[in-house]
Amino acid sequence: MSTITTNDVRYLAQLSNLQLADDEVENLRGDLENILGYIEQLGELDTSGVEPTYQVTGLENVWRDDEVQDGGVSREQLLALAPEQADHSVKVPQVL
Amino acid sequence: MNITDYVAQVTSGQTTARAFAEAALQKAREVEDYHALLALTETRALERADEIDAKVQRGENAGKLAGVPFVVKDNYLAFGAPTTAASKILENFEAPIQATVVEKLEAEGAICIGKSNLDAFAHGGSTENSAYGVTHNAYDKTKVAGGSSGGSAVITALDVVPFALGSDTGGSIRQPASFNGVFGIKPTYGMSSRYGVVAMASSTDVMGCFAKSAEDIALVESIIAGHDPKDMTTLPDYFVPTTEVKPGLKIGLIKETMTDDVDTEVRAATNAYAEQLRALGHTVEDVSLPSVKYALAIYYIVVPAELSSNLARYDGIRYGRRAEGVKTLAELYGRSRDEGFVTENKRRIMIGSYVLSSGFFDAYYLQAQKARTVLIHEFNSLFAEYDYLLTPTAPTPAFGIGENVDDPVKMYLADVMTVPASLAGLPAISAPAGTSASGLPIGVQIIGPSRSDAGVIALAGQVEVSHG
Repeated sequence: MSTITTNDVRYLAQLSNLQLADDEVENLRGDLENILGYIEQLGELDTSGVEPTYQVTGLENVWRDDEVQDGGVSREQLLALAPEQADHSVKVPQVL
Repeated sequence: MNITDYVAQVTSGQTTARAFAEAALQKAREVEDYHALLALTETRALERADEIDAKVQRGENAGKLAGVPFVVKDNYLAFGAPTTAASKILENFEAPIQATVVEKLEAEGAICIGKSNLDAFAHGGSTENSAYGVTHNAYDKTKVAGGSSGGSAVITALDVVPFALGSDTGGSIRQPASFNGVFGIKPTYGMSSRYGVVAMASSTDVMGCFAKSAEDIALVESIIAGHDPKDMTTLPDYFVPTTEVKPGLKIGLIKETMTDDVDTEVRAATNAYAEQLRALGHTVEDVSLPSVKYALAIYYIVVPAELSSNLARYDGIRYGRRAEGVKTLAELYGRSRDEGFVTENKRRIMIGSYVLSSGFFDAYYLQAQKARTVLIHEFNSLFAEYDYLLTPTAPTPAFGIGENVDDPVKMYLADVMTVPASLAGLPAISAPAGTSASGLPIGVQIIGPSRSDAGVIALAGQVEVSHG
């Protein structure tokens, strides 16, 4: 059975863009270990020669004309949803 | 009162849409202590009711659902109150558009009066994972509502509205329907549009509803079903409601869902339901779906993988809650998401990151998608011989509030009967099948082949009518 360390939890949190508090790390470590312990039983099923299923209704690519559509929403409406705006743009902390 | 009774009263002028909307709002306030709703959409509901009444007065067609009040699960984008998905990260999110399904219902005159509680982002089977508090079972306030669409199930069971919308990724309509003694349908994957509903797992998410009768379920589904150019996974239109059931159907009772691990009273209720089907002239036989034992493991790999991608968009940048006092972009993402998600969201996102990460991908995600193929093949073999399949909806009646919160795996086991149909994209209904000695509802699940939604509903209706 997989052992999950607190370092593993911190690494997964980083991959998931979650800045966890210290007490959360310990609690999640136990939870994740239990969940992985459960799902690991799938390893015993023989799936050699079986194709994976990614979708169930036989979907094929759907094309549409290359036309601009606004989805019935204006630029102003979308900007108004942003927590911080400036100069008709979404404001974010310095990136570079 | 059936949905058609509401419509008849409104269109005949016997009652007004406003009176029905006011009565539903009033009833919703009376049952506030169940905490089934997160918000009432009163202003908008009454405005819309007046529009319907004006149409009726002018002699215009007010729609197939003229003046029928309903409730939406709060992961559907809908006007009148914020769409929170029961999370803090979307606490004040006012949707700029409405979900296709909501638009379709409104176009037929239905009136949304409120938004119901759920496990945050629909992650859970008890509605205990809501960031805004737990919903109580309609039959026993010390028990869970089930989930994740717990609020919609309870509000239907309490007769506040004749139908409510839910979403079902692995049992989120069917399991709470069984816990609260109402009907709940998970349609074939792709029957109704997912556009404008907060995404969880894109390969199994479906939109469906709760109601007090199979007839009402069929009516609502006939309106919300159909191809939507805004959701490229929707199937061409096929749903035609019926009450006709072919005589002498062959029904398989999946024996792996009737083991000693399943509550005795649940098994007894399922057997009694099988007897009712036999009394109607159908054949019910034990059948085997061996991969049922792996379905939950498949589900808890595939679904976290998909939702970890779908929830990446909640980053505090373009909408939703943004953490305060942060200096860097990484800190903004990390803190906004840590503050905005509940623990179960974090567990699932991190499991998703784990099973998709290099080194583990083949052992978990790829193996799960192959196992999913095995499960689908087993369903196909059964449907070559049987018309429908029968199982209990959940292994137990509603469990106690707080009973499973510290053990995520135990909580996941409540989904064990419902996830197989989700992974295979099959239509399935939960129908009431009696109550336990302690008075808690028990439900059974009827699963049909792909696109047999109307037949699944009709069969549940036939038992309902015969039972009286």
